[in-house]
Amino acid sequence: MAIPRQEMPAQDPQVRIGNFNEVNLGLTPEQARQEALRCIQCKDPVCIAGCPVNIKIDQFIKLIAEGDFMGAVRKIKEDNVLPSICGRVCPQEDQCEKVCVIGKKHEPVAIGNLERFVGDYERMSGQKIDPKIAPPTGRTVAVVGSGPASLSCANDLAQFGHKVVVFEALHELGGVLMYGIPEFRLPKEIVREELDGLRRMGIEFRTDVVVGRTITVDELMEEEGFDAVFIGVGAGLPWFMGIPGENLVGVLAANEFLTRVNLMKAYDFPNSSDTPVFDCKGKSVAVFGGGNTAMDAVRTAKRLGAEHAYIVYRRSEKEMPARQEEIHNALQEGVEFLLLTIPLEFIGNEQAWLTGVKCQKMELGEPDDSGRRRPVAVPGSEYVLPIDMAIISIGNGSNPLIRQTTPDIEVSKKETIVVDINTMQTSKENVYAGGDIVTGGATVILAMGAGRTAAAAINEKLAGKAKSFEEW
Amino acid sequence: MYRIVSAIFLAENIKKFEIEAPRIAKKRKAGQFVIVRINPNGERIPLTIADSNPETGTITIIAQGAGKSTRELNRKEAGDSIADVVGPLGTPSHIENFGTAVSIGGGVGTAIAYPTAAALKEAGNYVITINGARSKDLVILEDEMKAVSDEAYITTDDGSYGFHGFVTQKLQELIDSGKKIDFVLAIGPIPMMRAVAEVTRPYGIKTVVSLNPIMIDGTGMCGGCRVTVGGEVKFGCIDGPEFDAHQVDFKNLADRNRIYQHEEHEADQAAGHQCNLTGQA
Repeated sequence: MAIPRQEMPAQDPQVRIGNFNEVNLGLTPEQARQEALRCIQCKDPVCIAGCPVNIKIDQFIKLIAEGDFMGAVRKIKEDNVLPSICGRVCPQEDQCEKVCVIGKKHEPVAIGNLERFVGDYERMSGQKIDPKIAPPTGRTVAVVGSGPASLSCANDLAQFGHKVVVFEALHELGGVLMYGIPEFRLPKEIVREELDGLRRMGIEFRTDVVVGRTITVDELMEEEGFDAVFIGVGAGLPWFMGIPGENLVGVLAANEFLTRVNLMKAYDFPNSSDTPVFDCKGKSVAVFGGGNTAMDAVRTAKRLGAEHAYIVYRRSEKEMPARQEEIHNALQEGVEFLLLTIPLEFIGNEQAWLTGVKCQKMELGEPDDSGRRRPVAVPGSEYVLPIDMAIISIGNGSNPLIRQTTPDIEVSKKETIVVDINTMQTSKENVYAGGDIVTGGATVILAMGAGRTAAAAINEKLAGKAKSFEEW
Repeated sequence: MYRIVSAIFLAENIKKFEIEAPRIAKKRKAGQFVIVRINPNGERIPLTIADSNPETGTITIIAQGAGKSTRELNRKEAGDSIADVVGPLGTPSHIENFGTAVSIGGGVGTAIAYPTAAALKEAGNYVITINGARSKDLVILEDEMKAVSDEAYITTDDGSYGFHGFVTQKLQELIDSGKKIDFVLAIGPIPMMRAVAEVTRPYGIKTVVSLNPIMIDGTGMCGGCRVTVGGEVKFGCIDGPEFDAHQVDFKNLADRNRIYQHEEHEADQAAGHQCNLTGQA
């Protein structure tokens, strides 16, 4: 293969740890065309099956190669309304790019980077490509939550001609895209612009409505007259480790830390934001966990001026669930990885402020249920790591508000909502669910896939034998 | 935006607002709270709903100007608007006919003790209220409390009005008088709630307090509001805000509520504000 994989231009690590601007800068049009030419246009494009929303990858890449960038935008939008977002946050290396035929001998085609290029090209061109919308059906659907599952569901439903109202508990729309994923990985302006596109399709958004508190699922259908409800409320209640000292001052969940910084813009406290965040300047901050959220948190701490920003993870780097790219970025930015290490106890001073964490070294033993080698404690290897703040990032349980107020929606032992995976329908008639509330913590694109599946099933249910979207 | 229908000072620095929020007004039960964001740069602050009127679609909140956000709220007048009001949040108070119920409000905590006292009365309890304040001009909701009480007491720390002393002394006096008390609700500053818990503990009187941990979303997402109750971690916004007073680790709550003291002090200094608590700039 003559053309090498085009390298994504990025901010220099030393510069970027001093700001919250996006790390990756995007391919140039020339780079995008070069990269697109690496695609050999397989007769049977296996990459499409690797994509949870089945983007017609070969076709949009071909259009880029031909220089028809707006054509590529149109093509990608047939299957994915949020290309600028997915191009940034999807784990392509485990999906489309993992199965790319080129990847067998060389590096796979940079499908994610090309998707991002296409999404950004549309935003910067000033020409908006709004999808075709079917004539109004007279049916209405309430979508609960405004994260990735809900937005993709709302989009498809609106295209089918249904009236869609999205209810969001927070004051800002976007769910985890706004409160969870940092600005340096996903600029909030992009999320806002994508939301504007959905508004132009006639989707209504209502913030400050907590379904399960402000209104229940039953009331949405019985009192407000919605024909169906999609629940995409995401994960909830962060997990803690259950070790001594976890309620000391200075121990917090990644959700809180990230929400303060991302949603509430605490990095600019007290100037343009009234919400404070722990002053990390010159401090030692340890993040416990090895997923993408842990990487987001530790890199945020670095940007807030932490002198030492640690990842403490009980297995080795190979087992980390975070994307390779995020681990690489974190290392480049000076994050210190304490691998094969578990915390035993948080230690505080007389004012109950965190001063350190007692850790123990681990070694890898036999594989466990997940197929990953189980970490086993090394006796006598305990030591105290001095830290000023601890951020727990080991995952989330599910939010209890809906199950508490809608008892006829069946939940699993893990308290996630049980659905038929072919339709995403819950045990309750005309109520569907998707995203983290069904799967537990997962990815943006899986949530979007679930939203699309639900939208198709809701459409079929509401419209009877109505034509599918492609036939309009 | 949520329109303020009326705004009146009940005492120095304590202001009562009626705000248009029809969905919340319809749904709200005693013991629940809202999260308010005053302006687009504002922080999300939890405030208990003191009252609501489903017909006019308004809720009542009472705020004491303590930090930047509550001071800003207290500068709002009727006709002004608030960026966000979300709720009703939290688990409603557990109300039943306990028999004789004492509802204790300390300072602005009375704003929270009042709706629960009213609900206890409604449920058929013999309701005793103890309404405590530092001095006479800081007593709030006197008439409202009286209206829902079979016995109503005012206490002031300086003796300028009512009983001279703390709410706990009045409570002890009631217990000592031989009154059979079946239930105590105490809402106010952390030291007061802790003291009430210690008064009732030896008698095994069921005692409930409403906690005010730091929170952001109020819906069980951020984990900031966790409190230690009976040695277990609980979430204030979902499991609470009301908990068994005899199980609450008050020291942990007080410690955790101080986490952003340093940052807020720096911000206050930058803004040239005189600190309400220490009197220092």
